[in-house]
Amino acid sequence: MKICCLVKEVPDAAVQKRIDSSTKRLDRSGEKNLNPFDTHGIEAAMQIREGGNAEVDEIVAVTMGPESAVRALHKAVALGADRSVHLTDEALAGSDVCATGYALAKVLESEQPDLVLLGQQSDDGECYTIGAVVADHLKMPSLTQVIKIDVGDGKLTCERQAEYGYDTVEVDLPAVISVGDAINEPRYPSLKAIMGAKKKPLETHATGDVGIDAGEVGEAGSKTQVLAINPPPQKEAGEIIEDEDTNETVEKIVAWLDERKLI
Amino acid sequence: MAGGILVYALHDDEGNFNKNSLGAISEAAKLASELGTEAAAVVVGDVSDDGAAGLGAYGAKRVFRAKDAPEGLAQPIVDVMAKVISDEGFSYALFGGGLLGFEIGAGLTARLNAGVTMEVTEVKVQDGKLVAERPVLQDSAIVDVGYVGEPGIIIGRLNAFDANEGDGGSAEVVDVDIELSDWSTKARMVTRGEQRGADVNIEDAEILVGGGRGLGEKDNFKLAEELADAMGGAVAATRAVVDAGWYPYAAQIGQTGKTVAPKLYLAAGISGAIQHKVGMQNSENILAINKDPNAPIFEFSDLGVVGDLHKILPKLTEAVKAKKGG
Amino acid sequence: MGIAPAEFPPPVDPAADYVTEPTDPEDERIEVGVAIVGGGPAGLACAIKTMQLLEDEPELAEKLGEVPVAVVEKGKVTGAHLLSGANMRPSAMRELFPDLDPSEWPVYQEVTKDAVYLLTKKQAFPLKPMPPNFRNHGNYVTSIAKLGRFLGEKAEEAGAYLLTETAADKLLVSDRIVKGIRSGDKGRGREGEELSNFEPGSDVVAKATVLAEGTQGHLTGAAIDFFELQGLLPQRWELGVKEIWEVEKPLDRVIHTMGWPLRKAPKWNEFGGSFIYPMGEDKVCIGLVVGLDYTDATLSVHDALQELKTHPFVRKILEGGKRVGWGAKTIPSGGFWALPRTLTVPGMVIAGDGAGMVNVPELKGIHYAMHAGMYAAEAIVDALKQDSVNFDAYDERVRKSLIGEDLYRSRNMRQPFSRGFFVGGAIASAMTITKGAFPGGRWHQHPDAEEEMELDGAAKNYPKPDNKYTFDKLSSVFASGNATRDDAPNHIKVQRHVPREVAQTWVSMCPAQVYEIPDDQLENGAAEVDLNITPSNCVQCGAITAKGGRLTPPEGGDGPLYQET
Repeated sequence: MKICCLVKEVPDAAVQKRIDSSTKRLDRSGEKNLNPFDTHGIEAAMQIREGGNAEVDEIVAVTMGPESAVRALHKAVALGADRSVHLTDEALAGSDVCATGYALAKVLESEQPDLVLLGQQSDDGECYTIGAVVADHLKMPSLTQVIKIDVGDGKLTCERQAEYGYDTVEVDLPAVISVGDAINEPRYPSLKAIMGAKKKPLETHATGDVGIDAGEVGEAGSKTQVLAINPPPQKEAGEIIEDEDTNETVEKIVAWLDERKLI
Repeated sequence: MAGGILVYALHDDEGNFNKNSLGAISEAAKLASELGTEAAAVVVGDVSDDGAAGLGAYGAKRVFRAKDAPEGLAQPIVDVMAKVISDEGFSYALFGGGLLGFEIGAGLTARLNAGVTMEVTEVKVQDGKLVAERPVLQDSAIVDVGYVGEPGIIIGRLNAFDANEGDGGSAEVVDVDIELSDWSTKARMVTRGEQRGADVNIEDAEILVGGGRGLGEKDNFKLAEELADAMGGAVAATRAVVDAGWYPYAAQIGQTGKTVAPKLYLAAGISGAIQHKVGMQNSENILAINKDPNAPIFEFSDLGVVGDLHKILPKLTEAVKAKKGG
Repeated sequence: MGIAPAEFPPPVDPAADYVTEPTDPEDERIEVGVAIVGGGPAGLACAIKTMQLLEDEPELAEKLGEVPVAVVEKGKVTGAHLLSGANMRPSAMRELFPDLDPSEWPVYQEVTKDAVYLLTKKQAFPLKPMPPNFRNHGNYVTSIAKLGRFLGEKAEEAGAYLLTETAADKLLVSDRIVKGIRSGDKGRGREGEELSNFEPGSDVVAKATVLAEGTQGHLTGAAIDFFELQGLLPQRWELGVKEIWEVEKPLDRVIHTMGWPLRKAPKWNEFGGSFIYPMGEDKVCIGLVVGLDYTDATLSVHDALQELKTHPFVRKILEGGKRVGWGAKTIPSGGFWALPRTLTVPGMVIAGDGAGMVNVPELKGIHYAMHAGMYAAEAIVDALKQDSVNFDAYDERVRKSLIGEDLYRSRNMRQPFSRGFFVGGAIASAMTITKGAFPGGRWHQHPDAEEEMELDGAAKNYPKPDNKYTFDKLSSVFASGNATRDDAPNHIKVQRHVPREVAQTWVSMCPAQVYEIPDDQLENGAAEVDLNITPSNCVQCGAITAKGGRLTPPEGGDGPLYQET
């Protein structure tokens, strides 16, 4: 079985984020890190490999991003991936969800994986469920919010959190599975693994190498446009009651709740 | 009819439609009337004629029903919606958030080569087109997103759209025959919607009663629990009390816990330090009870009560029970 | 009478707890040529210089193996835990990067104008002529956090391995020779238990180990204890709390202030001052530095900084601005007399702030750290070429260099301030003018933790945070980018049941609100209290080690993510 783990480099959660007012996109300077949700994807791949129910020939970390994204790949490899693939091209800059999903699907196509694992969402909040976009292009079944994976013969039995509770779903391979953070506790890479990461094979591809139509990606190929950035609506100052007569106070609270149809 | 907004309506095994979907239909109806076009809904699986027609009350003019597509899995619904949107020429697809909303919306993005905006908090009409507003950067800014070409896909944040049961009348039910894509049959539902009592998913609760250090001791969480019970909500906790072992980590809200946006967050004995604030600041209504008038929480609460929660909570619980019972 | 925190020492024995023989099986040990602990100016300058020297020493390079130089850094990136003023002297940058123009350095601007003010509650009196030790012409306003990132990149380009998010937990010693370090475990729970993703640390064995950990270096402290390297006088520290501000009007000068809000009476021992430096056209930084030998248990440097910002002179500079960063860190202030009696033992050297290479009156330390790192590289390469791990030549070199000279010259300037501001100021000026000759001798200094603490009124005028110009500690910790795992083991070693004065000292001292006295004990005025500790707030400034406890490194990767401090 060949598993591809999609990973993304995102600004570190601790860095104060801003929008670059000239490009109207997230200011991506400052520290970047491997998207924490994707570490759960890699851990899931490792657990499948170590679980003994399937023979995993290789785990490949795949990312689309600028040059700096190699750090995310190094981290992925330190966590257990055997090699990594870096899709990078200026033509991809400014891609929206639609374009990104298309590009990722193309590079995955060139790898022909049996299973694609990725995190449910990216920390920078840019999009959720890109897995579902990729799966449609790849014509593979997809599930998101998966918190348990059991490997069977040519299929997976997954549990995922949905609106009405937990669903158990059987999925035929090949498939794209987006995992929630409740699925596992990612391991820490050992020092040896961290130091060895740079030596693992890393292939770099441009759009032409994997058959991506440049007109469908980047800013030009995106189907959404940021029209404006505004500060959030100002919240009006709230009312403050000092409790002197608790019965009265409680009455006021209940009236307030009632007014807002909260009870 | 060219143009128009198609909304996906999710239902459970008993045919009850979920609140988010009803909210999305109401929102679509509002926007459609501004645009001078129609709002319609799409449902799949076993939905009765009455059930489907009933969506008209929320503003759906037509309801497309695909009886043969299974409910609960996204990809068959992508097949259905893609067909309806192409055949009928809808300009927008709108979802009320939630797992399936995201999954279907994302799948449609690929299928129809369309733009998608996620976690949308508001939608407006600008120059005859829809513009979706969404927060970014931990809610420190709002971006306006427009669409290039058609259709445009809008996926709302949970609870973003309010359901308005008006007098829209009965919707016209249109049955749709669907040929599922090959891969849409490769996932099969084994069990749907299993409840697991132990984990209360506080992220979905509409009402949360949060307890902080001001409660004083572990046993006093009872006060929060009783109030939450009376209000039909769940209990949340700050990092400090989870650290102290007063409440489980699953209930922790904040920078290192969960982020929630319920209709009501009642903060009892919580100071409102930023590490907690970032986890609940988007609650629609924030009610704070704290004996310290200088607690930071009063700077962003909608109603602040300076007083002793040990006195207030029990009385409030009784009063709420009375109000609801009577 | 007051109570000294030193009477309640932390429950830890550094020499025994943090020094050990290698324990991993031999084939599992990680072998490197030179292990450098600390990705700051000293450590990275050492790494870069070593790699530069190895280019001309192919035989030695081969002997050092696959990983000739490894830098172990506990922060997320090099620079994440660095905080300083700073007006850097350019000598070290010039020496390390002779081909780089200052315009390519990670600095803001060259200092062209500076001024010193004596503050009273409402006024600011410029001190003219300016005390010579504050003159900064020719120096560069620098962010050490940015410098750390810059040097880290250069070190990697030169071929050094940067092992970030890795704490150096123990010093490996065998037969009194230092063999390397052991990295910290990851994935332990609150009580130290192994969690499901537990990953033990590794023995990193090296031919040479460089301790460049900065202030309150963990292994440095253990090594000093183990090898008995204490200097002639005990080391002391000052605590600096700093903020970065976006401002509307560019600041045209480097500013230092003395006086208010610190009190002058000798009893309170409040030595320190503030700095306000321009950072390009649109930012300034402002910080307050206070010696940790103060005696009022309620003194809080963070809050005193907030009070400082209410001064009309300071308010003018910050008007309309927005705080974009905050941090805190200690600086060793013991100077010459507190340097370890030797900077090297077989297999190991100590460089930078960890050894106390800071010139307090002139507020300089970055370039000394870098020079020391370079001297270490040279001494180590020379010795290893001859298969020796005796680095005595480094110790000699440092003492004969500008580091030794400058520290000697200012050796007695800090101590007189325990006589109060005016007397101290006069004596220090006399020393500066006579280049240390007058008054001579060796002035006494005792450890900060031995000062007797009393509850007095330092906190009386601390402003209530308005979240525009003044801020509380918790929101400041947030602004430092602090991300520390909630359920990690407590990395702060300190006694929990202590007298009120001692507890209050720690509560007020800590800029990150790690320590708290339970509300009920505060209310009923208990004489002895039980300390509450929230280690996940800790920004690892090191103040607790100076004042009676001990900071040890938490899990690698935890702590602040300073951007421009």
